[in-house]
Amino acid sequence: MNDGPGMSLIVRMVSRWLLGFVFVYGLGVALFGHLTPGGGFVGGVVVACALVMSILAFGGKQGPGAFLARAVTTLDAAGALMFLALALFGYVAGCFFTNWIARGEPATFGSTWFVILMNVAILVKVGAGAFAGFLAIVAFGHILDAEEGRP
Amino acid sequence: MEPTFYGLLVFLIIGSIVALEMKDILSSVIAVGVVGLALSILFLLLGAPDIAITQVVVEIIVVTVLIRAAARSGRVEMTRRPDLVSTVLGLILVLCFCGFALAALETLRPFGGARPLVGHWYLVNAEAGTGCANAVMAILLDFRGYDTLGEATVILTAILGAVVLLRPKAREEEAEPAVVPGVPAEVAHE
Amino acid sequence: MTMWALLIAFLAVGFYGLLAKRNVIKKILGLTILDHAVNLLLIMIGYRHGGCAPIRLPGEDHAGFVARSVDPIPQALVLTSIVIGLGITMLMVALALRIRQCYRTLDGTEVNRLKG
Repeated sequence: MNDGPGMSLIVRMVSRWLLGFVFVYGLGVALFGHLTPGGGFVGGVVVACALVMSILAFGGKQGPGAFLARAVTTLDAAGALMFLALALFGYVAGCFFTNWIARGEPATFGSTWFVILMNVAILVKVGAGAFAGFLAIVAFGHILDAEEGRP
Repeated sequence: MEPTFYGLLVFLIIGSIVALEMKDILSSVIAVGVVGLALSILFLLLGAPDIAITQVVVEIIVVTVLIRAAARSGRVEMTRRPDLVSTVLGLILVLCFCGFALAALETLRPFGGARPLVGHWYLVNAEAGTGCANAVMAILLDFRGYDTLGEATVILTAILGAVVLLRPKAREEEAEPAVVPGVPAEVAHE
Repeated sequence: MTMWALLIAFLAVGFYGLLAKRNVIKKILGLTILDHAVNLLLIMIGYRHGGCAPIRLPGEDHAGFVARSVDPIPQALVLTSIVIGLGITMLMVALALRIRQCYRTLDGTEVNRLKG
């Protein structure tokens, strides 16, 4: 049952069902990181896992395009810059890395917007970074295959 | 709880030895994956759910990457005889390390008897100071933001290094064969 | 004490893999195991018997939480360390693939010719 690009029909079907759930799980883990176990690091790697699954299941023989690689590396840098900008805005309240956004009720979602934004920045950074590394390794694997004459 | 810790630790050690001594590279990679998942269970029992969830997810992506790399090598035949000197030297170094580590154990408290000193201050002030119910996130993103900034820099550099190393057109302008000159032909073609 | 001794055995296994194995992929696996062992050592130093996770549940008594929770600082440091380990592993795999392409082998002892 290997018709079309990517893996077999069963793998593609199951990935199509699971992809959205994994993605939303990653976002949720990152957004609620200040109340429950998780946070930006885990959320980023979970999102990267979802993207890796889509590449492995639906990817063709040619490998990912150069446009995707460039977009992902740009996102990686954007996440790092967002983290740094949030830290720099701390000068508004006095010094670097100050928790400068007003806080809400304790033990609710809006209890600390600063940490939530930091988590989102780290989610973008780690997710894009892990996915960029994977993309580079996959693309290079295709080159190795072509050189060594393997299908 | 204690026997569970001992059992999991012994499992980790056996799994690591299996991973290192297996002849087939793919089996080794999968054994390392098993070690990582058992480690995440141990983290969960040690009261660190944050670390446990991170360990699971990172282990999955590491094993995926390593399988991509290892599936191309398969059962690698080493071209040279295994040299006894480096193995013996490695074992001697490992024994020296064990000796020093056992000597350093005298300075550690017995297992389970931690008394957090700085950690106590963080636990008391985490929720009032930052609004995070999760003390680990409060330390990571607020009290010790500099650590996380350094970490972001390190991971950016590492991924950048990997992407630059694997550039597809690295050697095109030189227009030279991929085989290194001076390598004997039988090595070049395995 | 037995627990620490077992942990040192775990560290030593990773160290042995890093030093004595000749296959480059095996060396990467050895470093991964060493990474796991060091993370486990740090978490174990912060553990106390009957400790709960350093996350206060809604409605939980604050003083009781502080008295029972395990040390959160090693956990915060290990969290970054695990993610750094991911980046380092990807860098090492990239190096191994380049070695495979340029030298047509994965034997670390074969890679001794310097080339500009």
